[in-house]
Amino acid sequence: MEIILIFLSSAIVNNFVLAYFLGICPFVGVSSKLSSAFSMGMATTFVMVITAIVTWLIYNLILVPYHLEFLQYVSFILVIASLVQFVEMFVKKVSQPLYRALGIFLPLITTNCAILGLALFIVLKEYSFIEGIFYGIGAGVGFTMAIAIMAGIREEIELADVPKAFRGAPITMIIAGILALAFMGFAGMISV
Amino acid sequence: MTKEIALSKEFMKGVWDQNPVLKQALGLCPTLAVTVSAVNGIAMALATTFVLVFSSLIISLIRNLIPNQVRIASFIVIIATFVTIVDLVMKAQFPELSKSLGPYIPLIVVNCLILGRQEAFSSKNTPFRSLIDSLGMGTGFLIVLFVLGGIREILSARTLLGFQVLPDMYEPWLVMILPAGAFITLGFMLGFSNFYAMHKKEKTHKEIIDTYLSSKSQRLATHRAEVLAQEKAALEAKMKAKEKSDDKPTDNDNQQ
Repeated sequence: MEIILIFLSSAIVNNFVLAYFLGICPFVGVSSKLSSAFSMGMATTFVMVITAIVTWLIYNLILVPYHLEFLQYVSFILVIASLVQFVEMFVKKVSQPLYRALGIFLPLITTNCAILGLALFIVLKEYSFIEGIFYGIGAGVGFTMAIAIMAGIREEIELADVPKAFRGAPITMIIAGILALAFMGFAGMISV
Repeated sequence: MTKEIALSKEFMKGVWDQNPVLKQALGLCPTLAVTVSAVNGIAMALATTFVLVFSSLIISLIRNLIPNQVRIASFIVIIATFVTIVDLVMKAQFPELSKSLGPYIPLIVVNCLILGRQEAFSSKNTPFRSLIDSLGMGTGFLIVLFVLGGIREILSARTLLGFQVLPDMYEPWLVMILPAGAFITLGFMLGFSNFYAMHKKEKTHKEIIDTYLSSKSQRLATHRAEVLAQEKAALEAKMKAKEKSDDKPTDNDNQQ
């Protein structure tokens, strides 16, 4: 039960993009087409789950026993960067169609603050191993949902008569604000 | 002399022409997340500027030692080191501020603004120039965060930096303190800065055309004057020659 609550909380109530402002760069940059937005979301979810597992292990099995907590930022970012590289090579070797779908998005994920944010939040909230994994899945699903909704709206807005100065990033921000208002409706539903 | 002008330009481009948030859309996550009040915005911008300045300095000093293939990883390690310093100092000196900024201080590591400047500027320029550039970018970032935090603070709590600026009869907008307020305010800021830039561009286009036309007409006028003068000179010379040829025989006659 606890696990389901954690999943729902990270996916909907405390959505990474719309409540914590993590991963805004791809949210603005890759959300102009629905198909690529969905691929980006899937790639991010994939990396998020692996990151949750690996950083939890590193923090609790290496950093804490040796009192090296102050190294967490350096070690986390290094692990994430090499992990993304590794995942990219692995996917390329194992599945060509998957690589073609996710390939170009994987390098972008290294500088996606949602990934490091996830690792830091898991440490901050003192989740257990299983809880951490579900938190990662939830965050990924929430990110995918937000970016896919955004891409859907932006495909429609291509046809609308937006003032010239507001085209592109400004209107995306304003739409994101309205989306965040809509997601506010879930607030208070679950408190984890 | 020319170098001095270039340096001040290097600084100012970060403040407006290439403002990291308004023009390049870099570093949006901390911009949106921490600007519930002007003080938070300033603190975040100062922390980011500190990391940016020192990592730029270090990276431009050792830019020739870093192999090209591992440059991103080395940049990130250097940035992460300075972020750790900032985080520890803030936890010790300003525990309140550190708590309200939360995980966004460590997230400076992945702020694309910092990595972007290292990749685009510090890894190719001298330390002094990188210092100026990063100070300019930091100032631009500070201004945007202060304005955004100020607007949100005034509208959500009637105060600016803790001082009341709006009368009590004003009903605070709760939405401004929520994520939605941040998105919408930044959206309008981006839109208005675009609008201003477009207006300015149109104006400069007009100015360029005007100056071109006026200089052209000036050149045409001088050319015309020159041609006229030349013709005048040629005609005068001709007349003189004619006069001489008319005079010559008479001179000869006199002599004879």
